[in-house]
Amino acid sequence: MEIMTEFTPIAALLGGFLIGISAVLLMAVHGRIAGMTGILATLVPPIQADWGWRAAFIAGTIAPGAIWVFAAGGTIPFAVPVSTTAMIAGGLIVGVGVVFGSGCTSGHGVCGIARFSRRSIAATIIFMAASIATVYVIRHVLGA
Amino acid sequence: MSAMKLFSAFLIGAVFGIGILISGMANPAKVINFFDVAGTWDPSLLLVMVAALVTAMVGYRVVFARPAPQFSDRFHTPQSTQIDAPLVLGSAAFGLGWGIAGFCPGGAIPALAIGRIEPVLFVVAMAVGMAIAKAIRPSALGGMVTSSS
Repeated sequence: MEIMTEFTPIAALLGGFLIGISAVLLMAVHGRIAGMTGILATLVPPIQADWGWRAAFIAGTIAPGAIWVFAAGGTIPFAVPVSTTAMIAGGLIVGVGVVFGSGCTSGHGVCGIARFSRRSIAATIIFMAASIATVYVIRHVLGA
Repeated sequence: MSAMKLFSAFLIGAVFGIGILISGMANPAKVINFFDVAGTWDPSLLLVMVAALVTAMVGYRVVFARPAPQFSDRFHTPQSTQIDAPLVLGSAAFGLGWGIAGFCPGGAIPALAIGRIEPVLFVVAMAVGMAIAKAIRPSALGGMVTSSS
């Protein structure tokens, strides 16, 4: 199922800037990579050491959406062009993949490349290419 | 010190969450359209990546010139440089799942409490996947998360 979305350059640049600022602040204040995989996987059983700041960071990422929607009555552009089955299967595959791959878009794609890490550059090229290939096959080969 | 450590992590997380929500990374339709170069292509997320990357590159230069972070004795950065099979195959699997669902981990978490069920389903499934991967390969995140501050 295809849902059109508009090109939103200003929002994209502003959002990206804030993601970058968050990465810089987490390194400056906590000395940590702002990678959602590393932060989240530590909190998945078996829970690992030094989990407190990670739980606080996760709570911080969730809070703005909840406040904006339920306290301020705002809306967030959100549409899902895939089935519930695809959402669950995708989640499972992502969870396994990012742990074996040691990171995701935030950890490899932003923080890792910003440190000129060879592993992160390779990982980012691979997962981006795999995503493009996956969507091409689903939409234009299988026609789903 | 500990309360400040937790509170600062919360605030820095909030900046991340706001950035994700504004950028469109939390919108599966927009993410999948970014990947659909042969169809309903939306290049927005390219600008998200560029802006985040340039900001982090410049900011890291400033930060790494300092002796140590505020709440730790050192900067915890991964030291491995090997492009090995787990990195390649794991990243390929991540890309597959991202293309199927339209969510990456950082895109889904900030959408958890916006009143939609899809991010919840994705995150629960992802957590199960993470737990399975950790059980299969306990050292998987060794260089990344096990060091204590």
